[in-house]
Amino acid sequence: MQAERFYYDNKIVKSFGYATMFWGVIGMLAGLYAAIQLYAPGTSMNMAATTFGRVRPVHTNAIIFAFVGNCIFTGVYYSLQRLCKARMFSDKLSWIHFWGWQLIIVAAALTLFLGYTSGKEYAELEWPIDIAITLIWVIFGINMFGTLVKRREKHIYVAVWFYIATWVTVALLHIVNSFALPVSFMKSYSWYAGVQDALVQWWYGHNAVAFFLTTPILGLMYYFLPKAANRPVYSYRLSIIHFWALIFIYIWAGPHHLLYTSLPDWAQSLGTVFSIMLIAPSWGGMLNGLFTLRGAWDKVREDPVLKFFVVAVTCYGMATFEGPMMSLKNVNAIAHFSDWVIAHVHIGGLGWNGFMAFGMLYYLVPKMWGTSLYSKKLATNHFWLGTIGIVIYAVPLYWAGFTQAQMWKTFTEEGQLKFQFLETVTHIIPMYVSRSIGGGLYLVGALMMVYNLYKTIAKGSFIANEAAEAAPIVKEHSAVREYWHRWIEKKPMTMLVFSLIVVAIGGAIEIIPTFLVKSNVPTISSVKPYTPLELQGRDIYVREGCYTCHSQMVRPFRDEVARYGEYSKAGEFVYDHPFQWGSKRTGPDLARLGGKYPHSWHYNHMLDPRIMSPGSIMPAYPWLLDARIDTTSTASKIRAMQKLGVPYPEGYDQVANRDLMEQAAQIAENLKGDKIETPKDAEIVALIAYLQRLGTDIKAQPKEETAQAQQ
Amino acid sequence: MKFIHYLEKIAGVSIYPLASFLIFSLFFLVMLIWVMKVDKNRIKEISRLPLD
Repeated sequence: MQAERFYYDNKIVKSFGYATMFWGVIGMLAGLYAAIQLYAPGTSMNMAATTFGRVRPVHTNAIIFAFVGNCIFTGVYYSLQRLCKARMFSDKLSWIHFWGWQLIIVAAALTLFLGYTSGKEYAELEWPIDIAITLIWVIFGINMFGTLVKRREKHIYVAVWFYIATWVTVALLHIVNSFALPVSFMKSYSWYAGVQDALVQWWYGHNAVAFFLTTPILGLMYYFLPKAANRPVYSYRLSIIHFWALIFIYIWAGPHHLLYTSLPDWAQSLGTVFSIMLIAPSWGGMLNGLFTLRGAWDKVREDPVLKFFVVAVTCYGMATFEGPMMSLKNVNAIAHFSDWVIAHVHIGGLGWNGFMAFGMLYYLVPKMWGTSLYSKKLATNHFWLGTIGIVIYAVPLYWAGFTQAQMWKTFTEEGQLKFQFLETVTHIIPMYVSRSIGGGLYLVGALMMVYNLYKTIAKGSFIANEAAEAAPIVKEHSAVREYWHRWIEKKPMTMLVFSLIVVAIGGAIEIIPTFLVKSNVPTISSVKPYTPLELQGRDIYVREGCYTCHSQMVRPFRDEVARYGEYSKAGEFVYDHPFQWGSKRTGPDLARLGGKYPHSWHYNHMLDPRIMSPGSIMPAYPWLLDARIDTTSTASKIRAMQKLGVPYPEGYDQVANRDLMEQAAQIAENLKGDKIETPKDAEIVALIAYLQRLGTDIKAQPKEETAQAQQ
Repeated sequence: MKFIHYLEKIAGVSIYPLASFLIFSLFFLVMLIWVMKVDKNRIKEISRLPLD
């Protein structure tokens, strides 16, 4: 067949590459800021937008979706074209994808700073942005599959399967976890509640790690590592096996985020078992990557790109061993809610994601500008600075994690808890300082890269359209009977459908029973819906991101029951849209906070935490004392909750504000008794109402229905 | 948007995980056999795709 001449589109790769670097720096700055705030809470400058609870989601979203997201697109757009021997299906779609994604990121940053959040980790973005993400993702999919259909290379290389699986699964995860009922333009309530919400959230959350932070990057590894080392992957057979094993097993691992919580036992066990099994396919990937360099280690000595890839793949191996270990219940009992989790995350994030991105960029930029890297020495220094940065980041946090977990669990000889929660915080401040130094070093390294690549670009000349030649695929009618597997390798659409089925099985088995089987979420008769005032207060709690530091899940351990009260039962959370169990105890658990302190304690604590808790690192929330509750939203919130199945009486939305004001007046009256004057519709009143409700339902006597509620 | 409780109790639900285990195992068995039997040269050709 006659070879056809065509051109690879490098312009789109260049743009995604610039975006990767730009958002990478922004995301790292946000991370550094958040890290500093942990020991210098005053740096939030008493503004709502810059408190840790708002900055943290900006950091996570910027790193995951802006930095790694653009990195994925950079690598996919470059490698897919060359593996398919075809230009992208549509230049127009490429650019809609690019600009759409960047617009989404800007919208995300703005809305998160302003407090528009769903209150679910890594899925904080509100529903209009969720819809935009879906549209852009579909456009990406059309572009990707269109390219596959018009490819000139028959075989679909393993990297591309990873891209296909990524696309399919991210679509599934995003759509299912984002089911929410909008209340207003930028506010919605999760369709799920309590235990079910937790399970869906962490099915999503862990698979965001799996299918956004792992599988596409493995795809990039399978392309760029062989390219940089100029040798084929160690074992293609292994890549086939570990691909299918990975995408099947990963989906089930979500419940390991919920061990010893109110999640049903059978779901917890499934999560643990599958997380352990996950070691095999993950290490399959790591070994495949490292063994590819068998006999080429001298190249690693010379080439910064390979240095980054080697450490990246090694960190991937470390994190995918550590993760399963932390999924064992006995280890999890110590690790959960502690800084160990953060250390684990950042081994993967800084080591695997960051270093793969850096290596890829160092490889791509000289290639696309037809020149050599400006300074190999600078790149090598970046490598060392980054590696040391990772160590100085992670080791203090391991120390902090073990320390706080131990201190939380220490009893005196007489059987009392030895340490107040605040003591466990102040004790690890030096670790928080060290960790921010590690992160700072890592950021400096990244800036060195930006400079290095800028100088490289300056001395090169960009190849916007790279010429290539290949013959189109001929439909073979082979005389010999083919192996049946050839059939699936050549059919990307079939592979798409199969991957979808495979990943859907795991999700379905774990999630569906909690919805369909009545006995799976036991109800507690004394648990009642939140009052309108408490609901408004809860929305303030979500808005300020309190869940980023405070958990609401007392585990059935002696030390937790001693410190916080009765352990949390599944039935207590049935009306929580969204659930707010939290993942971290930078501050104490709040599940049984109700009635522990007088209203005035909370008032002063929000004004400035250090008034009530000297040495506290919590930011101050003085604006809550002046801002007014938006009572115009009460009716629509009650109606939304009713739609979601919360049993408010029929027509209650019309009278809800009356009850709200009545309860608010009571709280204001009580505060007056403690010499605190506040308008009864101040936001602090709503928040106090919510906080005082937490965990009290199981102690409540079944009340007689009042005449008012019966109206 | 109340949930419909299709099942009143969990007894007997084990057919679903059993089915998924069988699907998974059969698929893997077949895949492993294929991987072991596939022609060496074909593997070599495919693994060289990024380099050519």
